[in-house]
Amino acid sequence: MPSDLTLLWRQYRFERRLFWRNRSAAFFNFLLPLIFLALFGAIVHGHQNELDVIVPGIAGMSVMSTTFTALAYNLTFLREQGVLKRIRGTPLPSGVYLGGLALNAVTNTAIQIAIVVVAGRVFFNLGWPPQPLTLAVFVVAGVTAFALLGAALSHAIPSFDSAPAVVNGVFVPVILISGVFFDVKHVPGFLRNIAQALPLEPLINGLTGGLVAHHGGLAKHLTALAVIGVWAVFGAVLAVRGFSWEARRS
Amino acid sequence: MASTQPAIEVRDLRKSYGELEAVRGIAFRVDRGEIYGLLGPNGAGKTSTVEILEGYRARSSGEVSVLGFDPGERTRELRARVGIVLQSSGIYSHATVLEVVAQFASFYPHPRDVDEVIELAGLGEKRADRTRTLSGGQRRRLDLALALIGDPELIFLDEPTTGFDPAARRGAWQTIRSLRELGKTVLLTTHYLDEAQELADRVAIIKGGRILAEGSPSELGVGRGSRYRVAYANGDGEPTVVETDDPTALLHELTGAALARGERLHSLSVTRPSLEDIYLELTADA
Repeated sequence: MPSDLTLLWRQYRFERRLFWRNRSAAFFNFLLPLIFLALFGAIVHGHQNELDVIVPGIAGMSVMSTTFTALAYNLTFLREQGVLKRIRGTPLPSGVYLGGLALNAVTNTAIQIAIVVVAGRVFFNLGWPPQPLTLAVFVVAGVTAFALLGAALSHAIPSFDSAPAVVNGVFVPVILISGVFFDVKHVPGFLRNIAQALPLEPLINGLTGGLVAHHGGLAKHLTALAVIGVWAVFGAVLAVRGFSWEARRS
Repeated sequence: MASTQPAIEVRDLRKSYGELEAVRGIAFRVDRGEIYGLLGPNGAGKTSTVEILEGYRARSSGEVSVLGFDPGERTRELRARVGIVLQSSGIYSHATVLEVVAQFASFYPHPRDVDEVIELAGLGEKRADRTRTLSGGQRRRLDLALALIGDPELIFLDEPTTGFDPAARRGAWQTIRSLRELGKTVLLTTHYLDEAQELADRVAIIKGGRILAEGSPSELGVGRGSRYRVAYANGDGEPTVVETDDPTALLHELTGAALARGERLHSLSVTRPSLEDIYLELTADA
């Protein structure tokens, strides 16, 4: 029997190969954050304060879209198509299969964060990340929480047709109120309170520390990290409890 | 030792979904190298039974052994020794036939040769094509290839030819027969009588979560006190059908009487009830 690690590596490489083969998905995945950066860079051109907000905002959005959005879609699709059920009938351990999917998503996160960092350095005058440790810790925390929440959300999506409505119904309001495109302090108080209780605003908060100079190191963002941690635990419980290997029968 | 143990043994299997009792005390055994058919209308409990054996569902009660394992424990070793063809299941649509089969081969400790399995499934010409370009029948053949790639001892086929055109069905039957030649055990579910008759060594007719009859397709025709049917047209040309357990005596009597009257018996036939008759009789709603 091949070892789990060998299987995981093979499964990961297979997912990557197929990811690049689906050109439109690959294109949107990597061009979208660049388009956002270019547009907002043009809009707030010359206002460094606003650029300091946009770049970590887009980084946070990238973490959420590559994990939360992508996994909610993928898991719904794979479940409804019967791929999950078929895999479950083979000796491939379920954890290895799901691990391959998660690593595939996380690879996209890493690529997007790299794009944002390089763009921040080259076009937006941000320099290299002043606090790489803070950046790394928050990316890892954000990826974990959002991947689990994405898996959990897939359980609430009854069919693949309804996936875009459900996923965007969560994703769009969250990125709007969490300060992806503007400083969260311009958001009305009650909305800001909601945003701060959700995982994206704390993630952007921490990423700001990592990406923008003079926003403090890890120690200054521990509350944000704790909020993300709570969401990760919540996501883990829901992801495991509701998991279904089979298409919904209605 | 392993070869004397049956491939599947089921005793008093029950499965309830809330109030609904889908399986109500089923027992059967499938010997090694046998093709065993579970035949019944939709909703009879076939799929519930098979999915318990495949390890997809937990049983409510009863004893189940598959290759000596309890499928409810979902042992990896058991999954490496069975192959499953589900009624419908998707697959990586951007991957080629060859890539998918090779990927699945990597899950198993002793996979068969990838090219050989693709040929066996009749997909040789499609090996470099993406799976989304396959027709419905080709997709089912890919399902079969994926079930065979691990070189399983036991293969579950759930409604393998549903939705096939007649030519594709014949082709699939040929492939399934070839599994017997490879020494595989096959558990087949179907709601097609001709399929059960063509392929299965033994058949269990299921309805309402119970086995109503079991035996070889030909035994089911004669066993259980079922009768011969003698049909003929008498002198007036009126068709007559008589059922009997003793066709020899009845024919002697009928032909003797006809000869004595100087008549001929037109359209004389003696038939045994077919599997179809048994099936319709057993599954008819009272």
